[in-house]
Amino acid sequence: MSIQDLIEKTKVSFCQDCGVCTGSCPVSRVLPGFSPQQMVAKYVLSSDLGMEDEVLGEQDVWSCLTCALCLQRCPSKVEYLEFVRGVREEAFRAGNKITHAHDGILQTITQMQTSGLPQNRTAWAREAGTIKEEGEYYLFVGCVPYFDVLFKDMGVSPLGSASDMLKILNKFGIEPVVSDEERCCGHDMLWSGNVDLFKELALHNVELIKRLGCKKVIFGCPEGYLTFKEYYPLYCTDMGLDAVHFYDLVYDQIQEGTFQLSPLEQKVTYHDPCRLGRMAGMYDSPREIIASIPGIKFVEMERNREEAVCCGISCWANCSSYSKQIQMDRIKEAEATGADTLITACPKCNIHFSCALSSAEMGLEVKDLTQLMASAMGI
Amino acid sequence: MNNFEPLIAVFSCHYCSYAAADLAGSSRIQYPPNTRIIKVPCTGRISVNHILRALECGADGVYVAGCLEGTCHFVSGNFKAKQRVQSAKSLLGEINIEPERVQMYFMSAAEGSKFANVAKEMTETIKELGPSPLKGTNTQ
Repeated sequence: MSIQDLIEKTKVSFCQDCGVCTGSCPVSRVLPGFSPQQMVAKYVLSSDLGMEDEVLGEQDVWSCLTCALCLQRCPSKVEYLEFVRGVREEAFRAGNKITHAHDGILQTITQMQTSGLPQNRTAWAREAGTIKEEGEYYLFVGCVPYFDVLFKDMGVSPLGSASDMLKILNKFGIEPVVSDEERCCGHDMLWSGNVDLFKELALHNVELIKRLGCKKVIFGCPEGYLTFKEYYPLYCTDMGLDAVHFYDLVYDQIQEGTFQLSPLEQKVTYHDPCRLGRMAGMYDSPREIIASIPGIKFVEMERNREEAVCCGISCWANCSSYSKQIQMDRIKEAEATGADTLITACPKCNIHFSCALSSAEMGLEVKDLTQLMASAMGI
Repeated sequence: MNNFEPLIAVFSCHYCSYAAADLAGSSRIQYPPNTRIIKVPCTGRISVNHILRALECGADGVYVAGCLEGTCHFVSGNFKAKQRVQSAKSLLGEINIEPERVQMYFMSAAEGSKFANVAKEMTETIKELGPSPLKGTNTQ
């Protein structure tokens, strides 16, 4: 899609130049010169002058965290995220690539998955609980097995969360299907502009889940959930699959009162991941789950729900001192609430905050909501 | 499969193992011609992604050859490489590629024969494993 079409489609011309986006943007605070409003203005001008090719080579489009805070506050409802996604797609085609963090390991792994290799995804699941070959529910594991290898020295255990999730599901009487043939959901590729690879992954996953006869797909990761719910239908017509977030399932079970939770003496605060909060609109289920654990004291951070700040990095790219500043800012905010544990609902937020905490002396602990749940259930 | 000749990428450090390869050559020690040596200033330069990309680009095996433990010219580069090789092996295990395709070796500049033995050993291992399942899949 040309920049001109993109401007029309995403209502960029409705921009009133008010600057609320720049004032809200977590990147603009720490990276002088970056402004969503000016970036949009630049693309509009270049499109008018017929100089699109020149701006497509610039780096600032990759600095955006796609956290959707500007979108939340824009008085003209400019679809800034869709605009950035479209520009990234064009920039990628023009050969302008995003700077990968961790030397591009995770991107290489994603690329390798498209080669049709059967993976080794179910070994942990067979140890952790009961899974089935075919059935109504499909458990989408996502990238956590790779995160586990790369980040376990940081004290995080993404695969531990996945195991806990499976054990909790088993306790609810759900025995999901887990498949070795599953591929990465493609979220990072979608937001890095590599839409062809995204399409390939999306079509493969949908075809696989349908072939296994599943109707509902359970996600523990907000990125997978959002991608499946909002972005897969753009490329896979007639999916016929329901994306269910694990926390919604847990919340339903809490309301029915099907299980007992043991008390935990902790004071906790909760960080809304941008994919789960602003983009998928899920604010209450995680809070209700925390509130249902007896003995736990829950405090909100100053910026919460729609106003929550991003964890500093998206799609494993552009990690820099600016990301660290955003992370430090957020964990200081968490510490200021007096909480001893910062609860996150996203494996990536968990990893990023743990990384920031490892270089800061703070009496704060980062924990995944699923793992908190599991300890309250005595798993 | 008997006539399968593997392609093996070797990351050699400038100070020890590359010198060992040199010595193996000047001492006329025979070793299989399947290795392709890539010289790096220190094995600490090798990231997990270098190893993965080598496999993706068609190598059947990859090994990193650094200085003997404790003798790295840059103090701890070979220990870093050792950890990264371990990470690469674990990641390959997750996507069901034999972790034995990736190895870490340590040798001094005086060990020309060890360089040749390692090349032989690795070639044998990869010959047994067969061609890499990633071969020919790289589209980029």
